[in-house]
Amino acid sequence: MVEIFVLTEHRQGQIRDITFEMLTKAHEIAGNTNAETTALILGKDVKDKAAALTEYAQKVILIEDQKLENFNSEFYQKVLTQLIKEHKPILTMIGHTSYGIELTPRLAAALNTPLATDCIDVNLENKTLHVTRQMYGGKVNVNAVLTQAESYMVTIRQAAFTAQKPQPPVNGQIIEKPSPLTEEPATKRFVQYVLPPPGGIDITAAEKLVSIGRGIKDQANMPIIEELANAIGAAIGCSRPIVDKGWLPNDRQVGSSGKTVKPKLYIAIGISGAFQHVLGMKNSDLIIAINKDPNAPIFNFSDYGIVDDLFKIVPVLKDKISELKS
Amino acid sequence: MNIIVCVKHVPETAEAELKIDASGKGIEKTGLVYDINEWDDYALEEAVRIKEKVGGTVTAITVGPSDADSTLRKCLARGADSAIRLTDPKFEGSDAYAIAKILHSVIKNMQYDLILTGLQAGDDGYAAVSQILAEMLGIPHATMVKKLELDNGSAKVNRELEGGLEEVLEIKLPALFAVSTGINEPRYVSIMGIRKAMQKEIKVLGLADTGLTEADVGEQGSWLKIEKLYVPPVEKQAELIKGSPEEVAEKIAEILKARGLI
Ligand SMILES: Cc1cc2nc3c(=O)[nH]c(=O)nc-3n(C[C@H](O)[C@H](O)[C@H](O)COP(=O)(O)OP(=O)(O)OC[C@H]3O[C@@H](n4cnc5c(N)ncnc54)[C@H](O)[C@@H]3O)c2cc1C
Repeated sequence: MVEIFVLTEHRQGQIRDITFEMLTKAHEIAGNTNAETTALILGKDVKDKAAALTEYAQKVILIEDQKLENFNSEFYQKVLTQLIKEHKPILTMIGHTSYGIELTPRLAAALNTPLATDCIDVNLENKTLHVTRQMYGGKVNVNAVLTQAESYMVTIRQAAFTAQKPQPPVNGQIIEKPSPLTEEPATKRFVQYVLPPPGGIDITAAEKLVSIGRGIKDQANMPIIEELANAIGAAIGCSRPIVDKGWLPNDRQVGSSGKTVKPKLYIAIGISGAFQHVLGMKNSDLIIAINKDPNAPIFNFSDYGIVDDLFKIVPVLKDKISELKS
Repeated sequence: MNIIVCVKHVPETAEAELKIDASGKGIEKTGLVYDINEWDDYALEEAVRIKEKVGGTVTAITVGPSDADSTLRKCLARGADSAIRLTDPKFEGSDAYAIAKILHSVIKNMQYDLILTGLQAGDDGYAAVSQILAEMLGIPHATMVKKLELDNGSAKVNRELEGGLEEVLEIKLPALFAVSTGINEPRYVSIMGIRKAMQKEIKVLGLADTGLTEADVGEQGSWLKIEKLYVPPVEKQAELIKGSPEEVAEKIAEILKARGLI
């Protein structure tokens, strides 16, 4: 039976959403190509997690080892190399996440398996793999095809697919395999997790957020945003470059490497709408974007858009809001 | 400490209007402003800081056309000691895999303790060249590096995971690190620095110098072939509010009021 591999991503006892998103897509592709979905789970004491995967995949391959307690791409590469050589899956799907990015390109190179990264769609037709991905910060979509091979590999963008349990239920089988890892010393060692110290404001608890991006141009321009936020009674969030520049502390960052927020109001000012940002705010109740570029991707995720210079709009908006309030 | 930094010369597109070109497989490049890739800017800065602390050399390498010299000059002005540009019409159409092969062909013959790159390039966003290169060189790597401390033949790195969490790894040198934005604060270049950099030589190498064949590079040597570029379909099109700033502001304020948000 032809197999599609999906690598389970888990951290600190939790299977991450990307796993179920990929399994859902894998199941769809498998249905169209007469293949089977196999979830792989590597870890230590993860039998209960393997059980959760049986609802999504026909097979669950479970490999346990002390060394697999925390993710380490070096160990993962060794285990996956062996599994892929043995099973020759037509496709291996891994998340385009901090783990998948670390692991997959190197694994693909070691196996000489064609790889496409950060895919938002994947299609297998006559043993040829077609993918959709994005370029230029999400301004352009690309259809691409991988060079013909027996086996392919992709990394999948988070939230590109919606997780759904297959119907009818699959009731997969768990297959436990011995770990191929030896006592050979590693070049890479996991030491610990660190969480940045909590800051003053919890933007995830804010009902209203005014969020700024690189369009603000200079830290000296921050007061106009603060005034607007005060008038609305909103907290201030931001895109990543603002934190990178040190203009706001990192607990204000919205997005995949920052916070996920769901306020009643999210005003995105001078933010282009890269998917890493959108991931963190797209479920807000009401989204308003101010951006001078009519083609900014943020407008594809907003309820209302203003195509104009933020420096012209923001001060006037503050005045109008103050007027209406009084 | 001898450090190699891989950099890319990319168009700035955040504020530009992009048009798909006649081939349908690329964008119109005329009128776009090019600069060093954002992530690479941080990699270069990190390299120069390490050199300033412990001594050694920094070599900047790029695969790109002659225009990419301006990015290499920027690296030289910022503190790189030498620069190499890998240029050949046959390199056109290379994906991450082919680019890694080209870089590998040259780097494998160099002396280095550390290779630094940006996590990804802002144009095609593969986030893959560095890891493939590390595999080809047979050295350990880490990506999404937010903090880097060197200590006696090994490095302690903080990798950023999702949601603000980080993990600390210990890695043996020589190694390759693909850095995230925000790992440092890239410096501005002085006029003096730019002047001095103009006099430095950029070494230019072509396909013949790499020991690779035509089949190894370009579209032929790639895993991924681009078929078509198009404007992304819209998930939830915003209703555009038009008018003068006063009119727009008035409408927004009313929407907020109607929803009880102010
Ligand atoms: C692994 C990884 C994780 C990441 N995590 C995050 C994350 O958690 N959060 C995040 O935000 N990003 C994240 N990013 C970065 C992300 O890819 C983008 O680079 C970033 O979101 C861009 O921020 P921006 O929109 O502020 O800047 P840009 O993309 O530069 O956009 C600036 C916008 O401002 C507009 N503008 C400029 N001047 C004006 C003006 N006068 N008036 C109106 N509009 C104006 C421009 O048209 C443009 O659309 C991550 C990237 C990676 C690789």
